[in-house]
Amino acid sequence: MTMQTLLLLTSALFCMGIYGVLTRRNAIALLLSVELMINAVTINLVAFSRFGDGVTGQVFAVFTIALTVAEVVVGLAIVILLFRWRREIAIDSANELRH
Amino acid sequence: MTESLIFFALAAFILLGAVRVVASRDLVHAVLWLAVVLVLTAVMFLMLGAPFLAGVQLLLYTGGVITLMLFGVMLTRRHHEIGVEVDSSRRLPGALGALALFGAMACAIFRTDLPAWPSSAPVSALEIGRAFLTDHLIAFEVLSILLLAAMIGAIVLGRQSDFGDEPETVYRKGGRP
Repeated sequence: MTMQTLLLLTSALFCMGIYGVLTRRNAIALLLSVELMINAVTINLVAFSRFGDGVTGQVFAVFTIALTVAEVVVGLAIVILLFRWRREIAIDSANELRH
Repeated sequence: MTESLIFFALAAFILLGAVRVVASRDLVHAVLWLAVVLVLTAVMFLMLGAPFLAGVQLLLYTGGVITLMLFGVMLTRRHHEIGVEVDSSRRLPGALGALALFGAMACAIFRTDLPAWPSSAPVSALEIGRAFLTDHLIAFEVLSILLLAAMIGAIVLGRQSDFGDEPETVYRKGGRP
């Protein structure tokens, strides 16, 4: 377990999240991919705290986790609103700002 | 030796789970695979000397976020969509873009001189709490305001009164159908 392998692991995770964001059409699947990416970043922060100064990285990681929870709550509310309006949540169909 | 064996097994399972998250055709399966990835990440936090974060990860992510996501999936899907939720026409450009990014990041990682051995001891919850209430106090308070704002935003967005087809709308606008 070196810093290099950890960073490679998190970059691979992040790129899988990117792949999901680029290919998925369902808005909730998109949120799942964003979760993967944020998870990779959190592992990165903890790894840097382990190989660096200790506390600060983990404080940042706690912030990331809390921000993710806020993002999921608001994102799911928007998705459910979209479903109520269009009866589907494919992101291609959400192409206007009025109703 | 044992530690690195556990680490590589963990990394392999995390990557496998991540592939299933982005490639599963059924969204419920994707959410459950995400739960697997998040639990294994908590184990990795334990290995990296972050027991507090491992607990937070289990409580918030696998307890809260996964449940919310399952509710979201089940509230918004229709029968004919089950199993056909991936658009296959954009797979190739998506994979190429992700691979290019991974290549760039891997190049940067291999070229950088990184420390090989851990330099700090495991961090206890006591230290994190002390850091929150001394050095990072303002950020901590801003975070609590952000969580409150997210909660209020979700409630406002989720109200039923903004669209015409709900019976509740008719009731609120004065009972005239």
